[in-house]
Amino acid sequence: MTDATLSPAAVPHDGTDAEARPIFREDRKVLGISTEAWPGILAPLGIGILALAAWEFIVWWREIPHFILPGPLLIAKTLVTDWATLSASLWVTLRITAAALIAAVSLGVGLAVLFTQSKWLEKSLFPYAVILQVTPVVSIAPLIIIWVGDINLSLLICAWIVAFFPILSNTILGLNSADHNLRNLFELYGASRWQTLRYLRLPAALPYFLGGLKISGGLALIGAVVAEFVAGSGGSASGLAYRILEAGYQLKIPRMFAALIMISMSGIAIFLTISWISHLLLRRWHESALKREN
Amino acid sequence: MNLAEADRPAAKGAKTLVAVRHVSKQFANGTIAVRDVNLDLARGEFVSLLGPSGCGKSTLLRMIAGLGDPSVGTIDWATMNHDAWGRPARELGFVFQDPTLMPWATALDNVILPLKLSGTNKGEAEARGAEMLALVGLKGFETSYPRELSGGMKMRVSIARALVTHPKILLMDEPFAALDEITRHKLNDDLLRLWEANQFTAVFVTHSVFESVYLSQRIVVMAARPGRVMADLRVEAPYPRDDLFRTSADYAHWCRIASEKLKEAISA
Repeated sequence: MTDATLSPAAVPHDGTDAEARPIFREDRKVLGISTEAWPGILAPLGIGILALAAWEFIVWWREIPHFILPGPLLIAKTLVTDWATLSASLWVTLRITAAALIAAVSLGVGLAVLFTQSKWLEKSLFPYAVILQVTPVVSIAPLIIIWVGDINLSLLICAWIVAFFPILSNTILGLNSADHNLRNLFELYGASRWQTLRYLRLPAALPYFLGGLKISGGLALIGAVVAEFVAGSGGSASGLAYRILEAGYQLKIPRMFAALIMISMSGIAIFLTISWISHLLLRRWHESALKREN
Repeated sequence: MNLAEADRPAAKGAKTLVAVRHVSKQFANGTIAVRDVNLDLARGEFVSLLGPSGCGKSTLLRMIAGLGDPSVGTIDWATMNHDAWGRPARELGFVFQDPTLMPWATALDNVILPLKLSGTNKGEAEARGAEMLALVGLKGFETSYPRELSGGMKMRVSIARALVTHPKILLMDEPFAALDEITRHKLNDDLLRLWEANQFTAVFVTHSVFESVYLSQRIVVMAARPGRVMADLRVEAPYPRDDLFRTSADYAHWCRIASEKLKEAISA
């Protein structure tokens, strides 16, 4: 994974252990991916292709009607023919997901920082964050839709409620896990609250925050889809969940599957993007991103 | 401010930098970590606090650093410069038992942390940091992360960070306890070299008789339960000290004396 090549600087042979400077070897690559990573990609890909082939075969062999179980080829075809409608819906869902995630990150991190600055604030507000988390979004979505009125905003709020908590609780944990001696050190040098936050607590919280973000990325999408199911609204700007409902009513099962696949793919894409960002941010220093050698 | 000087000269002709007066420390759980300690630290002197674990030597060191106040007694500083917040500027460096580096920052960024916190401009801070890294034998490692360094190298970075502000006093809390003997000897030598070159006061907490004799001019022997000072011993051996000293009869002689004092302290 690590493609970092440290240029071995000229080190004087002064008898110190300074000569033990680690030198990262460069990975060999095929198509931009290191040779070691290929089996990890090919194995699940092979399984997937086998499963799809078996699925197609069973549908053809047992002559299962399309409105019960369409084969993967038909779904792929539907994906292409209905692309205009589906991609517009995908865009709607993704926009809500992204907005919810951004809101979850800014409010989650913001509140976490506030909580760690004031124990009383945390004690007074954290229980409500927990309540927000444990209340099923499906059960409060109708209320939110009635109260808020604007459907897009309602969906955004529902998705935000689901995505918010992992970021909040993980960031709080991270902000509080800065090394105690390092905190003492900052105290010794008379660091201000802001400096301690900026140079110690926020960097220490980064891996925890990113862990929360990985969970929240998927949850924001799920929240957006679930809320849309509850809302079941029509109109021109309708997301993928609405397409699934609609296709269900019209017995257009291949389209239903196509929409479902788009949701899954979006979820995977969100997860991979966040993992990649996480890797970039942590690869030089955090245990989780380092390759073990022994 | 030198009230200590009058009644208790710490060393011939040397001015007292820190005066510890009747200091006791009781923790919240009732443990008395330190009881009635009196100690004068002279400017430029190398003092070891030697004692078994639980004798309060680390607690004492941390109180001198200002991490935790004494329950009873005072710790007076000869200089009383005040920082922007009106607190006395202690001008000290502290080396913990662990290197205590920020894993997300490079060696250079770790070293310049104290300068950054005091608002020194980046260019000057980095120049001083690089110079300090070179002094501890880590030239060329500015951009390495702690993860990529060995235990001894991490400790060197930690020492460089403590010295980058040119402190009047360097407090060290068993800094080399976790290192292997070869690395420890090397770091002891380097520490003495830095001390001789920079003229700071050094307070070194250790439980090793050999380390304390090798390094110090003065050994303060402490006993446990409750932590208290049992003996104050001068090691009358000249500097520079090197491997020759480590194998000399003189060294063995002082080690024997310090061991006896420590034994008395433990059985007391």
